[in-house]
Order: sequence, then structure tokens, then C-alpha cells
Amino acid sequence: MNPLFEVIRDPDRCIKCRVCERQCANEVHKYDPDLDKMISDSMTCVDCQRCVCLCPTHALKIRPNENQFRPNSNWSHQTMDEIYKQAESGGVLLSAMGNPKEYPVYWDKILLNASQVTNPPIDPLREPMETKTFLGKKSQKISYDANGKAHYEKTPYLELDVPIMFSAMSFGSISKNAHECLARAAEELGTYYNTGEGGLHEDFYKYGKNTICQVASGRFGVFKGYLDTGAAVEIKMGQGAKPGIGGHLPGMKITDEVSKTRMIPKGTDAISPAPHHDIYSIEDLRQLVYSLKEATNWEKPVIVKIAAVHNVAAIASGVARSGADIIAIDGFRGGTGAAPTRIRDNVGIPIELALAAVDSRLRDEGIRDEVSVVVGGSIRSSADVVKAIALGADACYIASAALMALGCHLCRSCNTGKCNWGIATQRPDLVKRLNPEIGYKRLVNLVTAWDHEIKEMMGGMGINSIEALRGNRLMLRGVGLSQKELDILGIQHAGE
Amino acid sequence: MKRVYVHEDWCLACHLCEYYCAAANSGAPDMIKAFKSEKKPVPRIQVEEGSEVNFAVQCRHCEGKPCVKGCIAGALSVTPEGIVVCDENKCVGCYTCVLSCPFGCIVIDEEGHRIQKCDLCTKNHNGEPACVQGCPNKAIVFEER
Amino acid sequence: MLQREGATRIPAGCAISGFINRSGRRTNGSVIVNSIACMHERSNGLGGGYAGYGIYPEYKDQYALHVFYDSSEARIKTEAFLDRHFDVVNLSRIPVRKNPRITDEPLIWRYFVNPLPTKLQDSQLDERTFVAKCVIKINDKIDGAYVFSSGKNMGVFKAVGYPEDVGDFYRLEEYDGWAWTVHGRYPTNTPGWWGGAHPFSLLDYTVVHNGEISSYDANRRFIEMFGYKCNLLTDTEVITYIIDYLHRRLGMPLEDVAKVIAAPFWSELESGKFSPEDTEKYRHFRNVFSSLLITGPFSIILGFNNGLMALNDRLKLRSMVAAEKGDTVYISSEECSIRTMCPDVDRIWSPRGGEPIIVTLDKDAQERV
Repeated sequence: MNPLFEVIRDPDRCIKCRVCERQCANEVHKYDPDLDKMISDSMTCVDCQRCVCLCPTHALKIRPNENQFRPNSNWSHQTMDEIYKQAESGGVLLSAMGNPKEYPVYWDKILLNASQVTNPPIDPLREPMETKTFLGKKSQKISYDANGKAHYEKTPYLELDVPIMFSAMSFGSISKNAHECLARAAEELGTYYNTGEGGLHEDFYKYGKNTICQVASGRFGVFKGYLDTGAAVEIKMGQGAKPGIGGHLPGMKITDEVSKTRMIPKGTDAISPAPHHDIYSIEDLRQLVYSLKEATNWEKPVIVKIAAVHNVAAIASGVARSGADIIAIDGFRGGTGAAPTRIRDNVGIPIELALAAVDSRLRDEGIRDEVSVVVGGSIRSSADVVKAIALGADACYIASAALMALGCHLCRSCNTGKCNWGIATQRPDLVKRLNPEIGYKRLVNLVTAWDHEIKEMMGGMGINSIEALRGNRLMLRGVGLSQKELDILGIQHAGE
Repeated sequence: MKRVYVHEDWCLACHLCEYYCAAANSGAPDMIKAFKSEKKPVPRIQVEEGSEVNFAVQCRHCEGKPCVKGCIAGALSVTPEGIVVCDENKCVGCYTCVLSCPFGCIVIDEEGHRIQKCDLCTKNHNGEPACVQGCPNKAIVFEER
Repeated sequence: MLQREGATRIPAGCAISGFINRSGRRTNGSVIVNSIACMHERSNGLGGGYAGYGIYPEYKDQYALHVFYDSSEARIKTEAFLDRHFDVVNLSRIPVRKNPRITDEPLIWRYFVNPLPTKLQDSQLDERTFVAKCVIKINDKIDGAYVFSSGKNMGVFKAVGYPEDVGDFYRLEEYDGWAWTVHGRYPTNTPGWWGGAHPFSLLDYTVVHNGEISSYDANRRFIEMFGYKCNLLTDTEVITYIIDYLHRRLGMPLEDVAKVIAAPFWSELESGKFSPEDTEKYRHFRNVFSSLLITGPFSIILGFNNGLMALNDRLKLRSMVAAEKGDTVYISSEECSIRTMCPDVDRIWSPRGGEPIIVTLDKDAQERV
């Protein structure tokens, strides 16, 4: 086997402080006292950039291994490598984080509008600019009594100060410190984070009003107290990174605390079934939705999260009619702590197309206000958020971007449990590398910065409240897209 | 008085504080020059490593100030702010202070003739203690308590 | 090739003006024509139109349909449709006067109709919904036919041209109404079609609007869920449908309609400016009717069966002035136009953004007209 990366060390800059050696859980770097120099074994390097970031003299860089097999357009280096790997192991290839393959990124082929002459752009520094968002079913029932007093029906909702939430990542797949960062940031930002399918650590019940409690097919950590604590309940039917299969948390990540939170024995693999075994069709989903509403006294909105698959519009329409208050759609670029490589890279559809199709379908059927639509699966910037909302989303879920704010460099090795940034690991010496005091502030910074940018872009369009952007596809134009793609996105081509 | 405190929960024992400290007090313009020179600079902060708990230690500028009391050459003194500083020109290298320091925070310089100790980076151009600035995990903080 | 209104969205600036007499006293149409003539510079000759209320006292119980036809074929088809659904009490061409600056006129017909009782019963709809559905159907399905006015005892008159020429063309001095509104259009390119001129109307709701709303497509895609078809792609059309939906179909008072389409800012709701009960209600509106919030500059005058409402966007990005003299209230883009109608007003003011001016006929006048 070939190493994937090469560690390049500039000997003129290296002062042999050994921070690289101390910080690498993969044991790439070593100080050799006989030679009095640092040496590196690139074989185990995952290019997480921890050593590069901490090196006080910037003496290190990691680059792809230049060693090449004989070039072949059909058999890429990586494809061949994977064959050698499987020939040796006989196992399914595992990967982490989102699909890295070269599929079209539609966000990058959509452009935004701005006001010129016929109406004025609005300056967010001088005028109110609003991004508050409500999620949940909207009941338009209203009546007025003889005195003119309005009587209306209030349904459970989530109130977001920014149209961005942190998407599901379980305690177990990520560390307790990472969870604390997300919870505290959600509280400070006036938004929500999501427990994922790993239950809620007892230390974090205090963040309940900013917590979405997930119920997944394994039912890990689900009990009444858990459901009662959160602001909303999310039923996870699927995940963008691995539609059609359940999660798999290896036993080595099931520490004492994880075991207690998930309510499963320590050290055993936590394997979620592919389906919910009480949901084999849409009418079964309805029963679970209503059971959870009943269990939470009809006070909390229920979210149903589905992966973006081929007939997502029809599925979403069915979900909307099954009592869900919010539908979360996860695109095929969404991240994961571990997924079979072939599934991650080949199953599902882009979130942009799924969102456009779902929003159009719900409107065609006149039920768009029965549910809110939240999208995730590689929302990379505030521009993606603005485009998603203009396509029809109520809010966005971010997770990969949030982890990057905490230090993640997308080395895609979460499944090894040796995350050098203290995020996707349960090893105490690694977990402590993520100081929540630093982490939560970085998350707050990120989302606050995005919120500023969203306001700037809205102001340019002459829009001063996010709801006037929602589904406002006239603000979008495609570049370099086929007519079919434009039709699905429901937008015109630039110049039209 | 603002002092340097450590959060042992967050100390990773990466030892970067030692290198930032040594470089800041070496007089060299950057870390590479400081450590590539003939005499390796000695840090005034040291990381104590254990199997689970690690933390960095440097002069606490403590109440009793046994080092100042024991100094035979009058090299150690206390500034009006309460910082214990050493006048290297007066130090004769008797090491009485090294023996009397209850925290083991006074070190012998690279030439072995004098002591050196943390002065909260008041004598260099760093402004704020270099160890605090360089800590990647906020395990060392500089604050009033 | 230039696209006709409806095939593309045409931004436009404008002038608007209107007045209402609370006691139901009827004023000649020439007054409103003069008021818009003095704001000539705010239009560019590519659209003008009027709405008059109380102008058909002799047919006040029938729906007055004003229709543009591109061809006799469209008229035959439409009249067949009308015969199937309505009892046509009277039909005629709308009398016009030749004006050298008004050209390319379509066939312009007027019908006074009552819904056929059997059809109405079969539809399981109330009468107004039935009429509205028929109007939307004609406009959507019959090529070359466009119903541009469909209320009782009121009528819309519009054309491509300067508004004062449009008034002359339609001989407005022959009509008297207790309220009038007018619109002069400044579109950025040639609509080339009379249906695109304003006011836009549905039943007795008429809207004249100055501005370009930035929330257009969000509003359009939402309101179309409720059976409306935005064929013209104009702001005025979608604003009319929103008001029709909230006011007629959901039964909300106009005060609350204004709080939906020009919702109070969150900072206002948090400031304690409104009573706790109203704060709670407006918060609810901002949640439930969020897609009906209108952003971007607008000043509108809404006409309805017994009054007028004027409303500015919440930042007041378009000019709008109001004035009062006795029992008459005037609203206009510019003070000069009000002074043309009434030089010595009792009170003149500039309404705040988002705060509606709602003027209705006095109780006894309502019964009378």
C-alpha cells in the first residue's frame, strides 16, 4: 500500500519542539534522539492538518503523495487503491463526512439578484433587516367575535433568530465537548442544535429549550424525560450520506458516558436498523408522529428527516400529510461519522434539486404551509443559505460547516475514532483538545457572520425580511444549466 | 493583580507555551532564529506532565516571596504592581532562590551562570504573556481574580 | 422579441391618486382626471387607468364586467361562457371617444350580470367566490379575453396611454362616483397590452400601486396555492389577490390585513408599542402569514365596496400624502395633485410607513349607495 499523503518538513524552519509528535494521534511524527531530528512516517497520515496548524514555525505541509500508478483515465489511482484494500480485507469500504466526488454543485450555478434603479437596495446598517424564522405548521384559521377580537389557533413552532440550525450529530459519533459547543452556541444564537440518534447527555438537559431531540431507528437514549426536555422531536427516517441504511457506531466509541446516554452496554457496537421496524409505510409514520405528539402533550413540533432520494417530492408530500410539522431534507453531500463508501458516493440526489422539487410539489398541492421545510446536506456558506431560502426552504441545517468552525479539516477519518481535533472521538486525551469555551464562540462567530452576510444580500435585493425571500425564485438565475435543470429548479437562465 | 492561571482540564501538554516563552525572552526576532542559534533559549514556564493531568507552571508571584527574601545579591525585587523581577546584572548565580521557590519555577539560564524567571513578559515586547497567547486551547489565561 | 405583459415581469414606477366622500356624495370623474394630469411627469404614456365607485346606481345589484377582447372570436367564446354561468341583464360596448394618443384599442365590452342560481348552487360556493372563480377562469383559459373589472356598482377603465388621455378616451366626465382612484404608469419597457394597465381589480377590490415590490415571487407562489392565477406578473395583481384572500375569504378586517402585508418590525413588537394582546396577534400573523409580507417600495390605494384604504411599505420607500376636507379624504403620490382637487384642505399629512389609512362610508351612506 502507498501512503495517501506526504509530510513535507522544512528542516530550516523545524526547531524540533515536537508539538507535531505530541499532537498526532496517528503517530506520524517522531523525534529521533540519535539523529537529533524529527522524522515522519506518512503511511498513517490522514491530512487532518493538526500538526500544520500547531507548528509554531510553519515548518510543515502535507500534500498528496506524488507517487502515481501508471496514469489511466478509467482506473483512477483511488479506484485501484480501493481494490487493493478490499482484496486484502474482504470488507466493505468505510468513509466519513460528505460525498467528495465531482458531482455538480448547483449552488455554484445559481446567481442572486440585486436592485438597480426601479427599486432601492436597503442598507442593513441603517434599516431594520430581519432574519427571524418560525418553523412549524401554519394554521390560518381565524375568526372575529362581535367585539372585533381575533380568535386564532396556535400550533407548536420553533422560533429561530437566524434561519440556520445545527443538524443532527450524536454524542458518541462526536465528543461531549463538541456537543457542549453546539448546545451553548445554539442558546446564544437563539437557534437549535440536534442530538442526533445518541440521546442527550445529562449535563446538557439545561439547554433543552434549544435542543431538538432525535428519535432514530435504534431508539438509542429515547425515553419520556428525553422527549420532554427538547423543543422539538425529530424522527430520522434517513440521512443524506447514507440513504437506506442505519448508523453504525463502533464499540470502541461506546465509553461509559456514551453507554449511559444511549442506554446500551459499554463497548458494544451500536447498530441502528436500516428502517424503523415500526414503519414499513407512510401510514405507519403517521402513527409514530402522533405517538410522539401524544407523548409530548401536543406541545412540540415533530420534524421528519428524510434523505434526498429520487422520488423525494412525493415522499415529502406524504410526510406533510402524516402530521409532520417540519420536513428536514438531507442532500447526498451531507456528512456522516461513518458510511459505506459506495453508498455515500453513489446514493441520493443533490439537495438543490430535491428542495426545488419538494417546494414546488407542496405548493402545487396547496399544502406548503402545512409544513416547514429545512434543508441540509452541504450548506457551505451564507450564499448557499440565501439560495436555499429563495428556492423555498424555511431554514437550513448545517453540520460539516459547524464542525469546521470547531477545527475539522475534513480529513474524513471520523470512523477511526482518532480525531486529532477532539471532535469525532471519545479518547479523553483527544476530547480535551476541544475547549468548549473556544469552540462555542467560534460557532457563534460563524453563524453571526453568515447572518450579517445574509442581511447584506437580502438588502441588495431590496428585501428587509427573510420571509419575503422564501420561495422568491425570481431572485435566482441559473448559469450553464440545461433547460431541464432550470425547469426542476423553477428558475430562469441568466439574461432572461 | 492580573496573573497567569492554568486550566489543567484543557492543557494538552503540547509544550508550545515553553517555546513561545523561550522565544519571546530570547531577544531574537522570531522563533526560528531563537532556536537555531548556538545557545538554545530556556523557557521560564514548564509543563508538568502526568498520565491524565497536565499543566504549565511558572512563577506565581506568590505572597510570601521567599525568593526575594533569600536573594543575597539584591537581584530579585518586587515591582509596585507586585511582579517579582530579576536584575540579571546583579545576579551572582548563587541559586538560593532556586532552592527556596516552593513551585520550582526559577530556572538557570542557558549559560548556567544566572537565574531567569517569569516577569509576565513585562520586559520584552510581547505585551501580554507569550505563553497565554501561544496556548492553542486556552489552558493558560491571564486575568484578574 | 418583446414579450407581452404576463409573459415577462415589467418593473414600473408610477403616480397614484384617489379620494372618497364619506357621506356618499358623488363627484364627477373629471376631478380625478385633473388630479393625475398634474403629475404627468410621473407617467410615461405606457398605461393609465381609473376605478370609480358608485358609478352604476341603476345596476347596483348586478356584477358589472368590463372585458377587453383581442378578437370577435374571443368575444363569442366568452359570451358563451357568460351565458352558461350568468343571467346577462345588459350588455353593450363601453362608450369611448377617439383620442389621437390612444391607439390599438381592443374591443371593450360591458356586461351587467347575475349568477345563474342553479349554477351557483351546483358550485357549492358563495356568490362572490363563484363570480371571482368565473373571472379567473375567463382570464386564464379564454385566449384573447380579459375581464378587467368585475364588481358591483363600480368600474375600472384603463388603457395604454397617459392617464389624462385615458380619462378622455373613456369619457369619464359622464360618470359620477363617491370614490375614485387613478394610476399613471411608468413601466421600464413597453407592455403593449391594455390588460397590463392599472388599476387591477377582482370583484369590487381595486388596487392602484406605485413601487416595485421585492417580495413578488414569494407572495405569488404562496397566494397561487389558494386558487389564484397571477397571469400578469404585476405587483398590483398579486397585492389584489392577497387582499382578497385575507379580507374576503378569511374575513380579516382591513386593519389586520395591513398588519400582515406591512407587518410591524420585530423591534416594534418588542418595544411595547402595542398592547400585549395585539403584540401576540401580530406575532402570530408574522408566523402564519409570513409569506404574505410585502417588502420593497409600495404605496397603494385599495378601493372596496364601501371605502378606500391607503398603505405604504413599512420603510415608506414611496411618497404618499393624505389630506382631509370636510367629509372627503384625499390620497396621492404628491401634494400638488391633492391641491388640484381641493386647494384649501383642512389637514394634510404624510402617513407613516406601514400605518394604513382606512376610510369607509358613513353608516347611513352605506345603506344609501
